[in-house]
Amino acid sequence: MNCIIIDDETTARVIINQLCSQINTIHVAAEFPNAMQAIKYLNQNEVDLIFLDIHMPDFTGFDFIQTLKNPPRIILTTSDANFAIEAFEYDCIVDYLVKPILLPRFQKAIQKAENKPSKTKALSNNNKIETTSGNDLYINIDRRLIKLDIPSIYLIEAKGDYINVKTEEKNYTVHSTLKKIEDKLPTHLFLKVHRSYIINIKKIIDIEDNSVLIKKDVIPVSRSNRPELMKRLNLL
Amino acid sequence: MKPNLTYINSLSGGDDSFKEKLISVIKLEFPVEKATYIKNIEAKNYQIAAENVHKLKHKISILGLEESYKIAACFEKNLKENSMTLKEDFENILQTITNYLIKL
Repeated sequence: MNCIIIDDETTARVIINQLCSQINTIHVAAEFPNAMQAIKYLNQNEVDLIFLDIHMPDFTGFDFIQTLKNPPRIILTTSDANFAIEAFEYDCIVDYLVKPILLPRFQKAIQKAENKPSKTKALSNNNKIETTSGNDLYINIDRRLIKLDIPSIYLIEAKGDYINVKTEEKNYTVHSTLKKIEDKLPTHLFLKVHRSYIINIKKIIDIEDNSVLIKKDVIPVSRSNRPELMKRLNLL
Repeated sequence: MKPNLTYINSLSGGDDSFKEKLISVIKLEFPVEKATYIKNIEAKNYQIAAENVHKLKHKISILGLEESYKIAACFEKNLKENSMTLKEDFENILQTITNYLIKL
C-alpha cells in the first residue's frame, strides 16, 4: 500500500516512518507537516492509506478529511483519545492510534486497513462527467470537479474508454462515453456528426464533402449524420 | 520516574541510525515547542498554550514519563478552562526533560 504521513510534528513523522519500514506491505510515498501540502499532493497522486494527525494548527485532521471527495483509507494518529467517537463517524477511518504508537498496535491497524476495501482504488483514474448546471458542465479529473463553460467546448472525440473534450482554453481527457456527454449538452449547439465525434456547430469554419473544419481539426461527417448537419446550418 | 529511552529502543529494533536520528529530532523540536509554550503562557494565550502542551505530551510519553504524561494531560485540560493549576508541576517536567536531553 502506498501511504502518506501528515503530522506537523517531525518526531511523529520520523516514528511513523520507522514503523512503516518494519512492515513489508507499506511504502511511504511522501510526508507532510500540514494538510494543505497534502491536499496539493493528492490532487496529483493516488494513495491507498493516510496516517493523519488530528491536532494540527489552522487545519485539523477532520477539516482535511472533509476536503477529500473520495478519501482513501485513513489511520488517525493522535495524543488525545477523546476524538475516537467522532473519528468513527467517517467511513474512511479504519483505526485510531494514540501516541506513543507501539509496533504491535501499529501492525494491527495496518491489518485493518488492508482488510478494508479501498474506495480510491475502485475509483482509480476516475475522471467522470458529474453534472451540468445551466451553461456549465462539471468534469471529474483526479477527484477535482472542474467547471467547463459549455459554449467554449468545440469538439468532443471518443478515444476508447475515454473522451477528449476540447475547449477554447484547454483539452481534457475524461473517463466517459460520447453518449453520456451528448445527453448533458444542449442540442441546439452540439451535434454528433460521426460515431466518434460531437461538434459545436457554432464553431464550424467550413464544410467540405464529408468533413468539417473546426479550429484546426478536420472532423469526418458520416453519411447518415450529414442531412441533420445540413439542416442545422443557416444556408444561403 | 526519570526520562528513559525504553520506547525509542524498542522502536529502533537495534537500528542505531534511526535511534540517533530520532533523538536529534527531539533535541531540535523540544526546545522550540517549550519556548512556544512559555511565550503563550506569558501572553496569557491559554488556549494556544493548551495546544502546545498537547504537542509536548507526545515527547513526554516518548521519553517514558508515564506519570508526567498524566499531569500534562490534566494541565492541558486546565488550560482549556483558563486554569493555571498544575503549571508548576508541568514546567518541572519540562525542565527535567531539558536536563536529560542536554546529557544525551
